[in-house]
Amino acid sequence: MSVNKRISGSNGRLQPSMKSWKVNEPLNGSNSPHRTTWRRKPLLLLIVFGVIIASFGLFLSFKNSEYLMSKEKEAACEESSRILLQRYNISRKQLHALASLFSGSDQIFSNCIDERRLQMLLNSGIACNPQLVCCPENQELQKKHRRFADTVEPIEQCPILEDYVRTRIQLSFPFKKYVLLASHSLLSSNLVDFLFCGKNMLQSWELHVSAIMDYTSSLNLVKEYWWVLVGIIISCNLSGFCLLRIQKQKLVEGHQVGHQKQLRDLSRNPLKSVGTWRKWSLAIFLSLGILFSIWLFCDLYTDFKQTREEMLTNMCDERARMLQDQFNVSMNHVHALAVLVSTFHHGKHPSAIDQKIFGEYTETTAFERPLTSGVAYAKKVLHSDRAEFEKQHGWTIKKMETENEALVQDCIPEKLDPAPIQDEYAPVIFAQETVSHIVSIDMMSGKEDRENILRARATGKGVLTSPFKLLKSNHLGVVLTFAVYNSNVPADATPKQRIEATVGYLGASYDVRSLVDKLLHQLASKQIIVVNVYDTTNASAPITMYGTDVADTGLLRINSLDFGDPLRKHEMHCRFKQRPPLPWKAINYSVGIFLIVLLIGYIYYVAIKRIEKVEDDTQKMAELKVRAEAADVAKSQFLATVSHEIRTPMNGVLGMLQMLMDTELDENQMDYAQTAHKSGKDLISVINEVLDQAKIEARKLELEAVAFDPHAILEEVLSLFSGKAKEKGIELAVYASNEVPKVVIGDPKRFWQIITNLVGNSLKFTHDKGHVFVSIHLANEVKNPLHSMDAVLREGLELDHDLSDNTYNTLSGFAVGNRWKSWANFKKLNSMDLMEEPELIQLLVTVEDTGIGIPIDAQSRIFTPFMQADSSTSRTYGGTGIGLSISKCLVELMRGEIGFVSEPGTGSTFTFTATLRKGETTSLDAKWQNFSTFDSQLQGLRALVVDRRKIRAEVTRYYLQRLGMSVDVMSSLKSACSCLTGSCNMRVSKQFAMILIDKDAWDKESSTLYSIKKQKKNGTNGDRINFPKVFLLATHLSPNECDELKTNGVIDDILMKPFWLSVLVCSYRESLGIEKRQISRKKVSKLGNLLLQKRILVVDDNAVNRKVAEGVLQKYGATVTCVEGGRAALQMLKPPHNFDACFMDLQMPEMDGFEVTRQIRILENDVNEKIACGEASAEMFGDIFYWHIPILAMTADVTQASNEECKKCGMDGYVSKPFEEEQLYTAMARFFKPSS
Amino acid sequence: MLGLGADLLWADMNRLLAFLFHQGVLDEQFLQLQQLQDETSPNFVSEVVNIYFHESEKLLRNLRGLLMEREFSDYKKMGIHLNQLMGSSSSIGAKRVTNVCLAFRAATDHNNRSGCLRALEMLEHEYCYLKNKLHELFQIEQQRVLAAGVRYPVQNN
Repeated sequence: MSVNKRISGSNGRLQPSMKSWKVNEPLNGSNSPHRTTWRRKPLLLLIVFGVIIASFGLFLSFKNSEYLMSKEKEAACEESSRILLQRYNISRKQLHALASLFSGSDQIFSNCIDERRLQMLLNSGIACNPQLVCCPENQELQKKHRRFADTVEPIEQCPILEDYVRTRIQLSFPFKKYVLLASHSLLSSNLVDFLFCGKNMLQSWELHVSAIMDYTSSLNLVKEYWWVLVGIIISCNLSGFCLLRIQKQKLVEGHQVGHQKQLRDLSRNPLKSVGTWRKWSLAIFLSLGILFSIWLFCDLYTDFKQTREEMLTNMCDERARMLQDQFNVSMNHVHALAVLVSTFHHGKHPSAIDQKIFGEYTETTAFERPLTSGVAYAKKVLHSDRAEFEKQHGWTIKKMETENEALVQDCIPEKLDPAPIQDEYAPVIFAQETVSHIVSIDMMSGKEDRENILRARATGKGVLTSPFKLLKSNHLGVVLTFAVYNSNVPADATPKQRIEATVGYLGASYDVRSLVDKLLHQLASKQIIVVNVYDTTNASAPITMYGTDVADTGLLRINSLDFGDPLRKHEMHCRFKQRPPLPWKAINYSVGIFLIVLLIGYIYYVAIKRIEKVEDDTQKMAELKVRAEAADVAKSQFLATVSHEIRTPMNGVLGMLQMLMDTELDENQMDYAQTAHKSGKDLISVINEVLDQAKIEARKLELEAVAFDPHAILEEVLSLFSGKAKEKGIELAVYASNEVPKVVIGDPKRFWQIITNLVGNSLKFTHDKGHVFVSIHLANEVKNPLHSMDAVLREGLELDHDLSDNTYNTLSGFAVGNRWKSWANFKKLNSMDLMEEPELIQLLVTVEDTGIGIPIDAQSRIFTPFMQADSSTSRTYGGTGIGLSISKCLVELMRGEIGFVSEPGTGSTFTFTATLRKGETTSLDAKWQNFSTFDSQLQGLRALVVDRRKIRAEVTRYYLQRLGMSVDVMSSLKSACSCLTGSCNMRVSKQFAMILIDKDAWDKESSTLYSIKKQKKNGTNGDRINFPKVFLLATHLSPNECDELKTNGVIDDILMKPFWLSVLVCSYRESLGIEKRQISRKKVSKLGNLLLQKRILVVDDNAVNRKVAEGVLQKYGATVTCVEGGRAALQMLKPPHNFDACFMDLQMPEMDGFEVTRQIRILENDVNEKIACGEASAEMFGDIFYWHIPILAMTADVTQASNEECKKCGMDGYVSKPFEEEQLYTAMARFFKPSS
Repeated sequence: MLGLGADLLWADMNRLLAFLFHQGVLDEQFLQLQQLQDETSPNFVSEVVNIYFHESEKLLRNLRGLLMEREFSDYKKMGIHLNQLMGSSSSIGAKRVTNVCLAFRAATDHNNRSGCLRALEMLEHEYCYLKNKLHELFQIEQQRVLAAGVRYPVQNN
């Protein structure tokens, strides 16, 4: 920007500075807010970054928790499968136990087993596992089972024990097989279970999957948020970019506005409405964002709650189901035991079971009932049988000590009181070892137990007591009671039948706490939820069976448990241990969204602010621009007007001064007048330059497209400045490379103007030494320096290498600036792609001088108008300093570039390029042709140039080539001489028409002079003529030197540089003795003879035509009188008059030409008649006897009709209005005879 | 400028003239006019042209007035004016002005008002262009005369 500024500063001209101002101002304007925004931006970025990290962390934590949850579920599933496995094992063990029972009964040989009972047992055993039967996959098994039953049936018929034994041996195999089958079927039932469990698993998997889905959806959500975030960031970045663009657009708008003032007011209103629209959109966006974040929070929170609830439900359901299952399994075992007792105790006489067997059996099968602390069997004893019973067992039936605390105390049966007399008793006869102390206690004596027993026998199902404290363990427990019936109880027996069939009761105590504990232990996540089990038979006062009261933690899940007793209701309450954690996910997401929305809003707000500011700035700038442009226009107009107004009177002043100088003046007066004249001329030139500048600035300067010859331009320049250069003793040379075409199309005037400006400057700043050298090359030639074949360019490249004897290899031997550097900064030249249009060429013009150079500090402002390198420069050298600026503008108009290199004290080299079109040689005007085909006398001759300095030689060669000569260059006279002498007798030497020797070479090698002399003298007469003419080239020589050299006889003539072609031609001719041809003067016009001294009247209403006609006729020596109307003509032509002829315009107001002619003829006829009649003497009418003035019509449109009309009204002829000499002559010849 | 020689100014003038000829602004009549200029009447061309300008401006003013003043313009009068303008234009060799005049006259013949207006605008434009160019030419001419150091006849004589 600073660079721009500097440039704009240095370009004091209005237009470019306006441009740069245009560019700079918005940048400047936007600078400060821009910077502050960016200062604020790190903070913003930090916030954004923080939000991103936080959300990322949260996201991770959620992922973890989800993962944990899924893990937990997996674990639960695994556990359930494990439990299943256990249960399967348990069943297997049960079977195992059954098998052991059989083996036990085998051992006790006396206890023969009835098949029927066995079957019953087996049936009941099968009934114990009802799911086995309903398993659809085991149909085959069922068939087998049926077959087995069939085989058993005939055996049943056999009453003989031996038979049984026999058959039993036979049976043993199928039986075993059956057991095997049973175990298989168990396996398959297990499979079903497993399937069921699998379903659970599937469910849990589904849950898991749904959780995953949930998670993925949340992941998607997260992804979406990320995208939103990315979008925001991009849009944020874009907004900055857009801002710039908008700014630019606005600038453009402003630009247009600047051009059309009215537009400005129009564009202001939309801008404002756009601003309010933006604010509204911001508000809407913010509110929408806030609403969205709130909605998101609600949504996520409900989700959270739902998942929590679902989790609790799932876990609770699972626990309840398992508890129920386990309980049922145990109950089934007890039931099986009851059947066992009924079969072997009551079904057999004598009983196959005594206390010992029962104890052992129950002890060994205790693992099957892990939840029961003990089982006991009480026999139903009627009061009538009590005595017998007591006697049989050897103890009395005892009463429970306290009614409500059955089995609770650590009681000793011996100490208990005998039971009071009742209808019936239920003394315990068998008991597991763990509860052996209750043997002989009457179960009917406890109120609770009694009710239980009564209910159990009535229903035939297991009945539960309400919970109470268990013996020893002190845990809460329940007692399960099964009634043992006679074997012949039908399945649909009435309660009464059942009561009658009752033979005893089997009771089992359950330890609820250990049951639940174990269950929960098997399941993980004990930490998460709290389980309570209640007996809710009495709904108003539920009894806690398990668990402690915990604080309410919100969610509660209640599952009813079915322990097989329809009268008792149990419930499981599950709740989470902890209160629900804060829904961090929802909070974070919504807060994140909210923050993002706020951020976007802020960014948008800032953007709006900036846009507003930029718009304001644009407005201001547009206004300023309009004002500035108006001022600019006014300035240009003023300049144009003033300079024009000054120039007109100045021309008068100058003309008068010129005339004054031609009069007789004394020396002082002459001096004053000359000074005044010179000053006036300077003033005119300044004004012209200012006018040019104004024109360029107003873009009114149009370039012409005319074919011209650049070589000719060079010659013009040369001829223009040669006098001045000679005066100052500076060598002035021009050169154009061979590549430069003969004809180009462009504006030769402006091209010439640029060169003359540069050359004029160079001459102005070069004193008494050195040279000014103008050269033209094609731009293509310098694009590749290594391949440039042009000698001048090559010498320019090697400038630094050749420093022998203190002279440089330049035109004059003085050091110059390196021309290659002067176009180093040209963009178009260096970009190499200019020539996309083949008909375009770019000329590279270099003006090199050995002047004072430009001070380094002034070089930057050299092209600024009215800025000379130094303010003292104008005092010393004069000039306005506008020339270079105009040149720069012109060069830019020609799509070129201008540059320079300058060293103070050494000189400056200016280079400019101009893009022109190639032209055809035929399109050249005759004027230019004149230059290019100079007098062709020298055409085809050969010349030898002897010059030590290559550049100078090249320049000379260029001149000679322009004359159509072919040129050889020799670097020294010696070699030239040797060349000449060596080829003396050969034809080569004869072909040289002339030898041009530079004076430097002459001085240095004067010894060779004599060899030439000698050669000349030795030459025969014939040779003498053919010997090449020798010219000496010199920049300045004193007359004495000239004479001296000439008298030597060696040199034919001396040519002064810069030499014009014409001079060269003349010299050559002179030396050859060709006479100058006299150009014959143009013959005097015939018409002049015809019209000389004739008096002619011109009648025309049109002043211009009058004047023109007058001029034409006067030119031919006629005396012309003009009148502007018909009446005046009539007056003039009233005889007598002394006019010889009259030219009459036809179309005139009042009276047209025909009418006037008619009237004249009438007048003339009158006079003629009078004379003829003798009424009037001829003397009266100027001694003319017949008056007939030739009247010629002047008309613009000479048609046949008007011609005839002319004749009709007495005219003598006609001429077309713009006079043509031939026509005029033929018309006049009829009336006048040539005077000579 | 930088000490222009008379020859160069002459070249300038020729160039400008060539340009004007090329554009068809002028025709050979102008050259003839220039030929009429000699020592006895050094300012002949500029005098003629100045008269032309004076007359033409008057005519143009009249034409515009006629066209603008009333709804029904006096086409006949306009035709007369146009004839005059055409005559003087062809006299000095202002080819393009003459051509426009022709078109204008055709429009007046047909009483074509809009055509007249268009033609008038064109005429004014052409006239201005011609005027500018001729002014430029005369400026160069003047400079040339000055540079050539042409002696003006002393007026006393």
